Amino acid sequence: MNPPDGAPRVATQREVSAEIAAAAEAAPRIDGHPERAYAPYRSTALRAPQHPLVVSPPSLTELAAPVFGAADVAPIEADLTRHHAGEPLGERIIVTGRVIDGDGRPVRGQLVEVWQANAAGRYRHDGDQHPAPLDPNFTGGGRTLTDDEGRYRFVTIKPGAYPWRNHTNAWRPAHIHFSLFGTAFTQRLVTQMYFPGDPLFGLDPIFQSVTDEKAQQRLIAAYDHDVTEPEWALGYRWDIVLDGAHATPPDVDA
Amino acid sequence: MLDLTPSQTVGPFFAFGLPFVGGGDVVPPGTPGAITLHGTVRDGAGAAVPDALLEFWQAGPDGRVPVRPGSLHRDGRTFTGFARVATNRAGDYCLRTLRPAAPTGAPHAPHLAVTVFARGLLHHLFTRVYFPNHVQANEADPLLSALDEERRATLMAVPDGGPTGPGYRFDVRMQGPGETVFLDLSAHGLAQPPAETVETPETL
Repeated sequence: MNPPDGAPRVATQREVSAEIAAAAEAAPRIDGHPERAYAPYRSTALRAPQHPLVVSPPSLTELAAPVFGAADVAPIEADLTRHHAGEPLGERIIVTGRVIDGDGRPVRGQLVEVWQANAAGRYRHDGDQHPAPLDPNFTGGGRTLTDDEGRYRFVTIKPGAYPWRNHTNAWRPAHIHFSLFGTAFTQRLVTQMYFPGDPLFGLDPIFQSVTDEKAQQRLIAAYDHDVTEPEWALGYRWDIVLDGAHATPPDVDA
Repeated sequence: MLDLTPSQTVGPFFAFGLPFVGGGDVVPPGTPGAITLHGTVRDGAGAAVPDALLEFWQAGPDGRVPVRPGSLHRDGRTFTGFARVATNRAGDYCLRTLRPAAPTGAPHAPHLAVTVFARGLLHHLFTRVYFPNHVQANEADPLLSALDEERRATLMAVPDGGPTGPGYRFDVRMQGPGETVFLDLSAHGLAQPPAETVETPETL
């Protein structure tokens, strides 16, 4: 199918896969994060800065982080299957793990937020034009606070893969978006958790923007039969390591 | 050191996951000294970015870094210092807050820390909002003083009085002419917190 005159030609998967392979030749970043300018993911073209980042010591403000508490998050927000009158369709799952810093210290009492597509691969968002059904019993957003060991736990349904328009026949592997805070604002992280064995990993420019294979593995949850609950839900474990061994933050209302 | 969990883009569909009611209301309307901080996020072609998410984190006007919860369910009294706002279809954002003061012993001039998330941004960006009236503190600021005039200007809020009272404009240019200065804050241990506990008063 030819695009109309003047419209940019949309690349094929084969072409994008070749770009992914070429980008993987470069040395990965030491910290494992993606380069912001990553050509196979087309939307980076106009949104990645051209100037190098300015290296700067964090300010006292940036060495502290917003504080969240019981008033901010209701316990039911951690169970995405109970936000409507009925049960959502799909495979019920438990996703749990720990949020720790680079020194292995738990990030305690901090906010963890998730959002995801439903089992059919459809987001509850006006911009999602994927012709898959919305589920009246699933919104797909959740929040919780970590406990004293840095643990979090969500009950949800396994999201479906979904198409997007980065290139022809582009599909995202199933994933859950995660938003995390540390004890310093500098540790802020937004990322995506994937499911083991997804056949779309090799084809997806967003997953492949993490070019170090070991770092890629850190984005994939592990199936954990000890988390699975009989006659109820399959369990996945995913630990999250935030940047840095930062200076100890100020005491909280000692 | 453990290996870090890599960043991934916030994507286009965060609207039902991250923004919350009152996300831009760091203080309620009518609060004495309240300012609006607003601006437009633009991409490398100068086009408005309608699907960016910005977070702001700051000390209070007393120079204390807040340690109080309550950003997600604001009680109208507690200054938590945290705002989260998405851009609208025109790429505009707006929040209402108080001007920060510098914490005791801080080498930096008063500022708001900012995080920028967007579809097409694989790893968030950090920047800062400074205020032009702190002339001496800005001159001594280790970041501002290391920048040339053109780049330094990208971090400076522009006074912008409007119908809702005193305001400041702070535009974010993700790429291209006038590109905002974005920061690598990963250098560790260069600034130490003050010895005393920083605590914000319970109420405004």
